[in-house]
Amino acid sequence: MHMSDALLSPVVGGTMWAASAGAVAYCSAKVRAGLDERRVPLMGVLGAFIFAAQMINFSIPATGSSGHLGGGLLLAILLGPHAAFLTTASVLVVQALFFADGGLLALGCNIFNLGFFPAFIAYPLIYRRMVGEEPSPPRIAAAAVVSAVAGLQMGAFGVVLETVCSGISSLPFATFAAIMQPIHLAIGIVEGVATAAVVSFAFKARPEIVRGAPEARPAGNRPLRRVLLAFLVAALFTGGVVSRFASKDPDGLEWSIARITGKDDLKGPGRGVHTALAALQEKAALFPGYAFAKPAAPKKDGGDSTGTSVAGIVGGAMTLAVAFLSALLLKKRNWAA
Amino acid sequence: MGAIDGTVLDFKRLERLAMADTAVHRLDPRAKVLVTCAFIIAVVSFGRYELTPLFPFFIFPAVMIALGDLPPRYIAAKICLVLPFALAVGILNPLFDREVVLRLGPLGVSGGWISCASIAVRAMLTVGAALTLVGITGFPAICQALARLGMPQAFAVQLLFLYRYIFVLAEEGSRAARARELRSFGNKGVGVRSYGSLLGHLLVRTWQRAERIHMAMLARGFSGGFPLRRPSRFGAAEVLYLLGWSVFFIVLRLWNASQFLGALVMGICR
Amino acid sequence: MSHHIVEVKNLRHVYPDGTVALRDISFRITHGESVAVIGANGAGKSTLLLHLNGYLTPTSGEIRIGDFPLTKATLPAIRRTVGMVFQDPDDQLFMPTVYEDVAFGPCNLGLSEEEVEARVEAALGRVGAGHLRSKPPYHLSGGEKKRVAIATALSMSPDILVMDEPTNGLDPFARRQLLGLLRDFHHTRIFTSHDLDMVAALCERTIVLHEGEVGADGPTAEIFRDDELLARCRLEKPLSMQGCPVCGKAP
Repeated sequence: MHMSDALLSPVVGGTMWAASAGAVAYCSAKVRAGLDERRVPLMGVLGAFIFAAQMINFSIPATGSSGHLGGGLLLAILLGPHAAFLTTASVLVVQALFFADGGLLALGCNIFNLGFFPAFIAYPLIYRRMVGEEPSPPRIAAAAVVSAVAGLQMGAFGVVLETVCSGISSLPFATFAAIMQPIHLAIGIVEGVATAAVVSFAFKARPEIVRGAPEARPAGNRPLRRVLLAFLVAALFTGGVVSRFASKDPDGLEWSIARITGKDDLKGPGRGVHTALAALQEKAALFPGYAFAKPAAPKKDGGDSTGTSVAGIVGGAMTLAVAFLSALLLKKRNWAA
Repeated sequence: MGAIDGTVLDFKRLERLAMADTAVHRLDPRAKVLVTCAFIIAVVSFGRYELTPLFPFFIFPAVMIALGDLPPRYIAAKICLVLPFALAVGILNPLFDREVVLRLGPLGVSGGWISCASIAVRAMLTVGAALTLVGITGFPAICQALARLGMPQAFAVQLLFLYRYIFVLAEEGSRAARARELRSFGNKGVGVRSYGSLLGHLLVRTWQRAERIHMAMLARGFSGGFPLRRPSRFGAAEVLYLLGWSVFFIVLRLWNASQFLGALVMGICR
Repeated sequence: MSHHIVEVKNLRHVYPDGTVALRDISFRITHGESVAVIGANGAGKSTLLLHLNGYLTPTSGEIRIGDFPLTKATLPAIRRTVGMVFQDPDDQLFMPTVYEDVAFGPCNLGLSEEEVEARVEAALGRVGAGHLRSKPPYHLSGGEKKRVAIATALSMSPDILVMDEPTNGLDPFARRQLLGLLRDFHHTRIFTSHDLDMVAALCERTIVLHEGEVGADGPTAEIFRDDELLARCRLEKPLSMQGCPVCGKAP
């Protein structure tokens, strides 16, 4: 399912946009550095293929409904992770603009949910491992189904997190997850079956297409990805879980202010620009005092604990995105040298 | 197959709309992209229960549709198509949020309904803004704008290639799907096997086409670079456009115009 | 003049899967000649064309274009000399607008913006497509696409123009227009075609390919009078040279 602008808050949307933009920049550089210029027309045309393929259905026996290909995993199999990510992202951009599938701000979320997980996690860590060195139709089928399910589960979970963190929908986390995950299990199986069907055919007709994804990778790449993944997990863990138990004691800065002035927070002079700005900040800030902006209507439960954790997760993700971007920028400069 | 042909016609229609020659069409695409971004951010930044402050925002797509000569019914129809998906989640809000916050006479409206309505309005605004952007700018120009705003060149090339070949691939896919449909009866022949075969064929042909395009590129001296140049100037009109709308959005964001207007009218009526 | 000569000596091409596409092809085309390469499907016509701008490398044999033997180093120069127009214009028009497609070649040659503009103007003018310059390719009709595809090759100022099935898929009017256009070119022209009437109208010399070899190579009129040769190579006389469909009298 695509994430929608209507359910998104600027902070979550902006964070995911930054993450996706960073990933796009990284993959663009990687694809350009890989000297296969055949990639350029291939990515464009395969993207169009996926686009067209999504509009062709097959009937699912015993349900009376029909399914179709999503394409993230298929692209990863055909192009390798980086090119596949870019291609998926490009398809999503066109869909967002022309069909309002999701929305322009939600594009960041969708590119991440539907592009990153299949290309960088499901494909290399699951599909490749399962298929091994000798692809055979049964192996391909099994690997495709498992990878598709995994990729879509992660993507669906991404949607759940993004929706809950945005706070526009009132769906509680557990309920939403309980709805999304099983649905996407079914969708994942359909996707896996469809992918397997296409790949098996292509494998019989032109095996080099299926083995086309680059085997060799430059030495430093794997460790980098593992590190980033570990970093992400650590940041989320620290931000999310630990901050749940973050003490309600005033934060470092506020603590020092309290010590100096004997009161919480320096209060600016009563009137003038300062008050106006403070009022502005109060109104506009989404996370005043670090908890969720209390919605107009009072809520029964405290909600504070959740607010802090969410802020922690978001903060962690944002810092990671910033780190990612700065790493990329520095990396780019190295290449120019 | 109906779906594909309809899609391509849709593309072509929006393309044609984008090629009109009105004042807003002539603006530099970067200004239009930035203003749309500002709009969307402003709209989604509202709190969950804020409904009435959102209404004045409809002015933006309305004005753009008018100035850009876009068919309002067409845009409205497309918005309605997308609404159900946003509402699918939003409609559950009243289930989980039953505390009554508003009384309209004898009727008690729960927070859930207000937030659900807010979601619907957001969906309409954001979708409307996106479609309007495409209608007054066109996809290739949007890509150029994004490239000049920092998007990587390789991705811009990918977007343009993709877009260009959607028309070709959609036609091929449509022919193949139609051929299958004409030879299948009820639910026979449209299962996974024929699907895999159909798409597999399409995939192989697509791969071969990519090779031919590559040939054509090499034949004209391609060596990795893409000369994507388009003259564009960011002049006074663009600055005015950008600043004007941004200030407008900020004002509407911070001040509940609906409330003010309503109070004014009710004050007059008393 | 030694430049603009296309010389092929004992060309042999075997595809990676073992198919022998070309067995032993030799011919020599001089400046300004208009030559058709005809033959049954699978005879090797397209394979031969792809050798002429270096896309395919011969398994054995030699190709010389102008003063240069075809080697990796001379490829850029050869691609500037040999302009190629493919069968499916959709494969050749891959940029967002007609202008950018026609400008693609000159830009890659490193020309300045003014020169590129001049070349594009000239090329589009030659094919009568100047009014299409800002259009995206998917808005063009079949005939327009064909003409623009030719313009994309012309803008590089080639000396030799190679076209694969130029009249394929065109409606009668567009075909007529194209024939008129091609008649006016003074480049060395090499066509492959199933449209034998076009061959009769435009090409004074014809090379017949049969199962990867040169079945015949001579003046077009002679070749089309040799019924036995035509039958052996799965060809026919052009319709304009066949008997009248009404009374059966030969022309």
